[in-house]
Amino acid sequence: MAKYVIKRILLLFFTLFVIMTICFVLIKLLEPNEILDVTQAEREEAIRDALGYNEPILIQYLIYWKNILTRFDFGVSFQIEYLGSVNGIIQDRLLPTILINVYALLFSVPLGILLGIAAALKKNRWQDHTISTLVMLFVSVPSFVYAFVLQYFLGARLGWLPIQMESVAETGGYFTWKMFVSMILPVLALSFGSIASLARFTRAELAESLTSEYMLLARAKGLTKGQATLRHALKNAMVPILPSIIAMFANILSGSLIIERIFSVPGIGGLYIQSIQELDYNVFMAVTIFYTFVGLAANIIVDLSYGFLDPRIRMGAKK
Amino acid sequence: MTEKQLLTEEFSPEDFRFASHGASLKDKKPETRPVGYFRDAWRRFKKNKASIVALCIIAFLVLFALIAPLFSPFSMSFSDPIYRNRIPKNSVLAHVGIATGEYSRDLNGRAFEYFEAIGIGAAYDRATDTEDNTQGIGGEYAAIRRVTGENKNSTSVRQDAYLEIGFRRLSVTQAEYEDILAYEEETGLTVLYPMIDASKVNQTFLTDADDANVWFLMDASGRAVKDAQGNYQDIYLRDGEGNVRYYQNRDTSGLYVRVLYYNYFRFRNGTEPEFLFGSNTVGQDILVRLASGIRLSLLLAVGVSVINLLIGAIYGTIEGYYGGRVDLVMERIVDILSGVPFIIVATLFQLHLANTVGIVSSLLFAFVLTGWIGTSRRVRTQFYRFKGQEYVLAARTLGAGDLRLMFKHIFPNTLGTIITSSVLVIPSVIFSESMLTYLGIVNLSGSAMTSIGSMLSDGQGVLASYPHVIFFPAIVISLLMISFNLFGNGLRDAFNPSLRGVDE
Repeated sequence: MAKYVIKRILLLFFTLFVIMTICFVLIKLLEPNEILDVTQAEREEAIRDALGYNEPILIQYLIYWKNILTRFDFGVSFQIEYLGSVNGIIQDRLLPTILINVYALLFSVPLGILLGIAAALKKNRWQDHTISTLVMLFVSVPSFVYAFVLQYFLGARLGWLPIQMESVAETGGYFTWKMFVSMILPVLALSFGSIASLARFTRAELAESLTSEYMLLARAKGLTKGQATLRHALKNAMVPILPSIIAMFANILSGSLIIERIFSVPGIGGLYIQSIQELDYNVFMAVTIFYTFVGLAANIIVDLSYGFLDPRIRMGAKK
Repeated sequence: MTEKQLLTEEFSPEDFRFASHGASLKDKKPETRPVGYFRDAWRRFKKNKASIVALCIIAFLVLFALIAPLFSPFSMSFSDPIYRNRIPKNSVLAHVGIATGEYSRDLNGRAFEYFEAIGIGAAYDRATDTEDNTQGIGGEYAAIRRVTGENKNSTSVRQDAYLEIGFRRLSVTQAEYEDILAYEEETGLTVLYPMIDASKVNQTFLTDADDANVWFLMDASGRAVKDAQGNYQDIYLRDGEGNVRYYQNRDTSGLYVRVLYYNYFRFRNGTEPEFLFGSNTVGQDILVRLASGIRLSLLLAVGVSVINLLIGAIYGTIEGYYGGRVDLVMERIVDILSGVPFIIVATLFQLHLANTVGIVSSLLFAFVLTGWIGTSRRVRTQFYRFKGQEYVLAARTLGAGDLRLMFKHIFPNTLGTIITSSVLVIPSVIFSESMLTYLGIVNLSGSAMTSIGSMLSDGQGVLASYPHVIFFPAIVISLLMISFNLFGNGLRDAFNPSLRGVDE
């Protein structure tokens, strides 16, 4: 097991290294930015010089790595926040993304699993058909479409909720009631998709365990249907479901580009788009590394969690 | 009775002849038609009603994308900013009450007069120099189609989104002015209307500098000053003899004219201003652009799916068949590639390749770069399952070469899964493409080509006031996604009956 974990982690860093190298070279091949603020030209020139912008790409890359390894420093932004540290910018943007995604998860996980259980228990009856049809609709329809529907009806027509997320300046912090209310629409828009996919997954897994032979045994030894379902079927069905929930948690950090754009959430996804539009290369590079790392790490965590949840599954075992 | 007697009574020597002596015995040809793999799958597919409906919807959307531009009088490059954000209108469908181009609103006294005057002013008679005051509500060019109710401070009306533009002041060249006169002569429509005496107009009550709807006398509060009979009094620009003037010199090269924009549009475009799906924020026809967006999405998705299938099938075949060290090396390559986030590939490709090979091809490359991995994994697994089986050993013993074993004997086993996965790739490509164009990472909002994502992004800004701009693209992309998913699921159930309902 330890050997497998180490192997996976080494592969993660190797992949990250390859992607970083490619990105770095491709970005350096683009036209460099003009100096934005003439009054600070001298200071910017000094920073560029320190980052080795006048050296060949290979040397620049070595300097980039040196800064990351020795000071965990990803350079400075030249556009989004003039001469601000990239680390600081990313940290500022992380909180709203995490908040929205945590709210969405807290809302969608219980609801998704409950709907899945309901559908599995009433399999092939009208409750199941209704839930399955809705699930099919919500899984297929792209998230921005119901974001627009929510925005139009709840936001614009009825005026119950603000159309866009409000800024910290207006609400006085991320943990105020006003901020929470303005987060409801993006949270709902994020939740529909995960509720639907979770419900579908739970239904499929539970429906399979309900027909297993150990269920027959459980009934035969005198458990009620409820006891058997809760203690035996559900427990076994959870083995593949929990890793997918863990994956959802791991992906909290990366957020949703679309939902953040639609509701103007000042999050990490918005930062990514902004760095592309304004060609802020250092920020783009850092967010790329961040996204890649989160994605790869989530994969490993999901694979390992199978082994923890069900000791019979041994990841990486030879056949 | 003895035993011998019994025998002779019941059997004759005839009975002991060979039944078909001398004839060669062969298997009978089956009388029914043989059921092959694909026929079998099709039979199962036909039973799935949802998939059939999905297939019909897909066919309908494809037809729409191909045929709609032929019936629309507007081209992709057409745009008229004056008629931006207009709601759907079609004179044929209006008879059955849909796409009438009318909407309900409440007008206060001043606004009511402003819009009522449009219809009256449009009924100006050149010969008698008078307006027809009955045309204000429900007249030929009346902005107010009918009054639906009177409130305390306002009047509820049904207003036409196209006619409410009314009169505009335009600057035209001398040649164009003559063209308009010739057009009036030819069709009998009135495009040019008398100029307004600008000194008598209170500019604060105009929507913009070229708004020419206030042709009537107004008091300081913006209310009309009517004569004894309750008619609007004109403030046209007149020469010394009291005749109205139809143009004003702007400078040496051009003229100012006052036109009824509805008829000017007909002069310019040869067709009435009416957009079946409405117009977008820059005055382009949503119908034509939507059809173009569907074509782009489908072409891209099918192209990506076919290329992924080819690359993935070949890669997976080699990996799975040779195994061992080849497999190990190739799997590591796949591991690294699959770790690359798609959005980053797409972005980098756009930044680097879009200028040299074009936006759409660089998008295609981005999809293909990591897209084939799924297919190759499926093919590889199937190869591992089948390559050790006895029939493969038998074929090899009989002298079949590697290529023959790969493609004739093992590969057909993977067909069902890869066809299904290729179809299910289509909705995900459509979604990713519309996401990238929506976010503006891929910029496709030009006049030559568009995508559903750009249309959604365009409509989002006016979501609250003009929901129709976003409604049609949103409906179409939802339909595309739902129907391709249903169709793909149906195919999966048909090809692999054992997997039926695995993730539904």
